[in-house]
Amino acid sequence: MKRDFNFTDFAIRYGFLILMAGLVIGFSIAQPAFLTARSGVFILQSVAITGILALGVTATLVVGGFDLSIGAVATSALMLSAYTMVIWDLGAVEAVVFCLAMGAFVGLVNGLLIVKMRVPDLLATLGMMFLLMGLQRIPTEGNSISTGMSLPDGSTASGVFSPGFLMLGRHRLDFILDDLVPLSVVFLIVIALLVWGFLELTRHGRVMYAIGSNAKAASLAGINVNFYRVLAYVISGTLASFGGILLSARLGRGDVASGNNLLLDAVAAALIGFAVLGAAKPNAFGTAIGALFVGILLQGLTMLNAPYYTQDFIKGAVLVVALVFTFALSGRGGRARG
Amino acid sequence: MPQDAIVITGLTRSFARNHVLRGVNLTLPAGKVTVLMGANGAGKSTLVKILCGVQRRDAGQITLDGMPFDPPDPAAALRAGVVTVHQNINDGVAPDLDVASNLLLDELAAGSSFFLNTRRMREEARRIAGAVGLEVDVSRPVRELVLADRQLVSIARAMSHHPRLLILDEPTSSLSAAETERLFTLIDRLRAEGVAILYISHRMSDIRRLADRIVSMRDGQISGQFEGDTLDYAGAVRAMLGHEITEVDIAIPPQGRAVIEARALRLRPDSVPFDLSLHENEVVAITGLVGSGKSAFAEVLYGVSRAVGGQITLDGSAYTPQNPGVAVKAGVFLSAKDRLLNAVIPEFDITRNMTLPFLSRHAGLLALLRPGSERGTATRMIGEMGVVCQSPKDSILTLSGGNQQKVVVARWLAEASRLLILDEPFQGVDIQARRDIGRHIRASASGRATLVLCAEIDEALEVADRILVMSEHSIIGAHRNQNIDLGLVMAQVTESAAGHVA
Repeated sequence: MKRDFNFTDFAIRYGFLILMAGLVIGFSIAQPAFLTARSGVFILQSVAITGILALGVTATLVVGGFDLSIGAVATSALMLSAYTMVIWDLGAVEAVVFCLAMGAFVGLVNGLLIVKMRVPDLLATLGMMFLLMGLQRIPTEGNSISTGMSLPDGSTASGVFSPGFLMLGRHRLDFILDDLVPLSVVFLIVIALLVWGFLELTRHGRVMYAIGSNAKAASLAGINVNFYRVLAYVISGTLASFGGILLSARLGRGDVASGNNLLLDAVAAALIGFAVLGAAKPNAFGTAIGALFVGILLQGLTMLNAPYYTQDFIKGAVLVVALVFTFALSGRGGRARG
Repeated sequence: MPQDAIVITGLTRSFARNHVLRGVNLTLPAGKVTVLMGANGAGKSTLVKILCGVQRRDAGQITLDGMPFDPPDPAAALRAGVVTVHQNINDGVAPDLDVASNLLLDELAAGSSFFLNTRRMREEARRIAGAVGLEVDVSRPVRELVLADRQLVSIARAMSHHPRLLILDEPTSSLSAAETERLFTLIDRLRAEGVAILYISHRMSDIRRLADRIVSMRDGQISGQFEGDTLDYAGAVRAMLGHEITEVDIAIPPQGRAVIEARALRLRPDSVPFDLSLHENEVVAITGLVGSGKSAFAEVLYGVSRAVGGQITLDGSAYTPQNPGVAVKAGVFLSAKDRLLNAVIPEFDITRNMTLPFLSRHAGLLALLRPGSERGTATRMIGEMGVVCQSPKDSILTLSGGNQQKVVVARWLAEASRLLILDEPFQGVDIQARRDIGRHIRASASGRATLVLCAEIDEALEVADRILVMSEHSIIGAHRNQNIDLGLVMAQVTESAAGHVA
């Protein structure tokens, strides 16, 4: 059986990885400081939070859905953790538990809106996004939360961010060099491996892909389609709230203005992931590579002193190219998402 | 002496390493119905796609009324007078638009004036509809029409272009007997008007009724042409398959113990209740018109919907499944009809399509799947069913229709069941694949009850020990498949259910 070399196939499979290698080489030549361990770790740190959010979106994309509320869930978790520690004066454990529970609950509500109330995915999560963006500002009347702020009842907030909580976002582990690897990067890698294993290696992941491909057929194969669709949103909400916890721990205050770019960056990473290795479908490995790709690009541009406002433009351009890779070149028409 | 509307010479087309058409030479005379027969994968669909402008040829000539014909897209083919009615009826209509807009869709697309003149459109639409005997209110949206009327809408729309060649691809597969007859009358009229008709079907009853000529196709070439006063149907099937097809001999085995017993089962508030029992080691077919309630009965047994009244027992205990998951756990499996809609997972390969319902069997600690176990099941079922493929990792969409059907049926044969329901298992499947599937259903039937639902009586005769007739959501006749009185079965299929209980 003769197998002739097909350039299009090759480009679809390896195009993005080659492009990424090219970027690394190009930036290294232009700016030798780019190719150092510190710079590499900085890239990973910059993508840790969006990467975790993107892995959550990937779960919803797999079942043929889409979660637009992840950015708002993350910033809500940021505000909730600050509120828990600064205003209620509780500890790190409570803050983490409250945030994760909030994220899971929001995911559950999203899922139920979609499967029980039959609201289309995009609209349900868009509504939830607006709801949370407003809700997170109500308790503090729109102000950021920090120790010593005056509260609506006239008293002063006495609580502080607990050191244990701040460690989640700021601690660095010794790895080859002292203080090299941030804890958040470890979280990203562990979560990426878990999501990848869940989607690719377990029967639950397989079933979720079946639902995304043909939900009617999956249901007639005896699969509880609604359960898995809700599960996907719970995973997405929980991971988004964990991303919010890391953001809060890094900032050390409940900043109402943070996290504006989280949604777009995470969605871009997940969609770029479609093009990695010619998968033409949402996948955890591709999402992780997509997040890394965006990180490398932005870090390189920053080191080359490109103005900040060009970065959004370049992110958008990369996303469009990735989508062309997925949908036009592979000729499979991609997934018909409704 | 009729002129030749379409002359095709030396037509070839390949997809990568796969040579689908290898030099097709075919003439389609005006005013004749040419039936095209071919096994799944013989190249029929590709030939049609080239004629209607969906795909381009690699080499070869086509002339239409003596002029070279090479449509770059479907619109060009339509303008040249080649009209295609596809198997999937909804492909030909815009369901949310009203009938008039659908009938005039091509004019709307071409667009002579900016604003629409509703009254003139409706008059024009009524004229076009009348020409094919379609009697509906043209202001109704197409989605409210029955399937047969929707098909007539797409034919009527095509007819307003004065076609030279009309291609019909399995047009009767979703039609009732009366609707089929209405379509045939229309075809007769078009034939008399001098339109060349290319009719693609696996149904012998359609072919006997319509064919002036039969052309058999095998492995991308024309393998036989049959014309004259008496057509050689057996020869046409032989040419299509490349070998003789043997008649199926059913030796009815002894019934085992009862698996399913239904008492006074009422599928609809206004339907007549019926009793039914299904036993181990027997294959029971239910036949009846489209819409007679066969699929509704299957849905009740499989937990998709609930019966209005009556009881069902499974192995002696009450059985009312809440959803398909519960049914599968109880050992009741359903291989649904319309495989692309209800069974095929397009993004999965053959293996993953086969193992989908029973993934827990292939999963171990932490729900991790064991690829070896999946591969074993897939390889075994591919062998048993005779699925023609290069590897179990082939994407399901690379398979021909018959082989896809074998995969989705094999999905449910891979595990032991108490009751296996197969809804239209022979849909869009050539005769060889049909025999393969039928043989395997029989061979594996000893430990379970098997229920086959099929609208075609011929298919029921090939596979069943007992044939039940369903009409208006009730069983109105039961026949042992031995010296069966076909006239009586046919009469029951078409008569009303009033006053009959099996």
